[in-house]
Amino acid sequence: MKTFDYEAPATIDQTIALMSKTSGHTFLLAGGTDLLVQLRSSNKDVDLVIDVKGIPELNQVNYDEFSGLVIGAAAPCSLIYESEPILENFPAIIDAATIIGGKAIQNRASFGGNLCNASPSGDAIGAMMSLGAICNVVGLKGARNIPIEEFCIAPGKNVLAKGEMLISIQIPSPRPNSGSNYLRFTPRAEMDIAVAGVGASIELDSDLNRILSARIALVAVAPTPVLATEASESLIGQKPSRSIFEKAASVAKETISPITDVRGSAAQRKHLIGVLTRRCLDIAVNRAGFVS
Amino acid sequence: MSKKRVVSSTINGQQVEFLTEPQQSLLECLRDTLGLTGSKEGCNDGNCGACSVLIDNRLVNACLMLGIEIDGKDVVTVEGLSNAHELHPVQEAFVLEDGLQCGYCTPGFIVATKALLDKNANPTEDEIRFWLAGNLCRCTGYDKIVRSVRLASQLMNNAKKDLQ
Repeated sequence: MKTFDYEAPATIDQTIALMSKTSGHTFLLAGGTDLLVQLRSSNKDVDLVIDVKGIPELNQVNYDEFSGLVIGAAAPCSLIYESEPILENFPAIIDAATIIGGKAIQNRASFGGNLCNASPSGDAIGAMMSLGAICNVVGLKGARNIPIEEFCIAPGKNVLAKGEMLISIQIPSPRPNSGSNYLRFTPRAEMDIAVAGVGASIELDSDLNRILSARIALVAVAPTPVLATEASESLIGQKPSRSIFEKAASVAKETISPITDVRGSAAQRKHLIGVLTRRCLDIAVNRAGFVS
Repeated sequence: MSKKRVVSSTINGQQVEFLTEPQQSLLECLRDTLGLTGSKEGCNDGNCGACSVLIDNRLVNACLMLGIEIDGKDVVTVEGLSNAHELHPVQEAFVLEDGLQCGYCTPGFIVATKALLDKNANPTEDEIRFWLAGNLCRCTGYDKIVRSVRLASQLMNNAKKDLQ
């Protein structure tokens, strides 16, 4: 690794001041499971690493019915899946938090880091996108809230301007009669990166018989994780069934143009999106209370 | 060269102060600065688990942390498990069940196993395999490691009973 300076500020203001006054290459450090690997392997230029784990707002995992769930940008996966309110209310978040890396990685890797790293295959991004997450960002010019589907703009690139940082991710409280799920395909059962992934949330009416709303997010099949808007909309007003889930899956499959790379071919990824979307919707609707 | 910083932490129960440059990993600090060479460098990118250590009782990869990040923290490495006279039950179990061949991955497996058994005294085979997914062994084929973990669980449970 190249040499760099290190700061561990205790507040957001101090962090923004540090980022703004440094002219060189600055990186924020949360769990480090991506950053340190990148700094080591790519020989990236780096002048300053700012460790944000000492900032209380970035370590919080808070839930209340009215404001929803707030996940601090540096909160590690293990803190997330050990949280009772998340276990009770946000199953897709648990699905993603428990499949990222192994135990040692989960004790460090954060959802905020997964998001800022902006990998097309970010499992946490897909799960949070299916739940309509909003990113809370602060910079010198003030705060802004960015819908998660607008946060990543290209592989490894996000919308943050110089001097801006992600503070937390906010996820609305689950609607009554709703359920969510995140699924991915990997050649190894653990410690692997998604060839394709799907996150979904579904809200049913009070009779548990019609779909009121749905959000499907697709992972590792586009330059960034993406919302499958048409596929999601095809479900609205429908009674849950294998055939409408299959239809939504084929719509999702048709809207993507994945690439072929070391992890999988374009054709395999399209096929996987079809299978995973149907399965993911199936699990999400069961979690919403639907009985077929 | 960047400026050296003083890090103060507890390592294997002892208060330790050492100097590090910010870009040095915790693994480099443990092995090269502090002489604790039990933690091994395998992949150096978080895949193999040979450098597994506990920070504030949480399992982490020492290669994916900076040494400077352990300031004020409590660190346990494989050297901290046994006392001067006897092996830790996890170590004893790996010896009795032949849970190792070349031994390079063993310190990581032993630390990861301790972390598992501290959390779950009676893990099932599935739970053991899932927990150890972040530790790679090229020799044993894992079955002997899983048997070692099961024996370690029994030894630790027996030791608890003896105390009662």
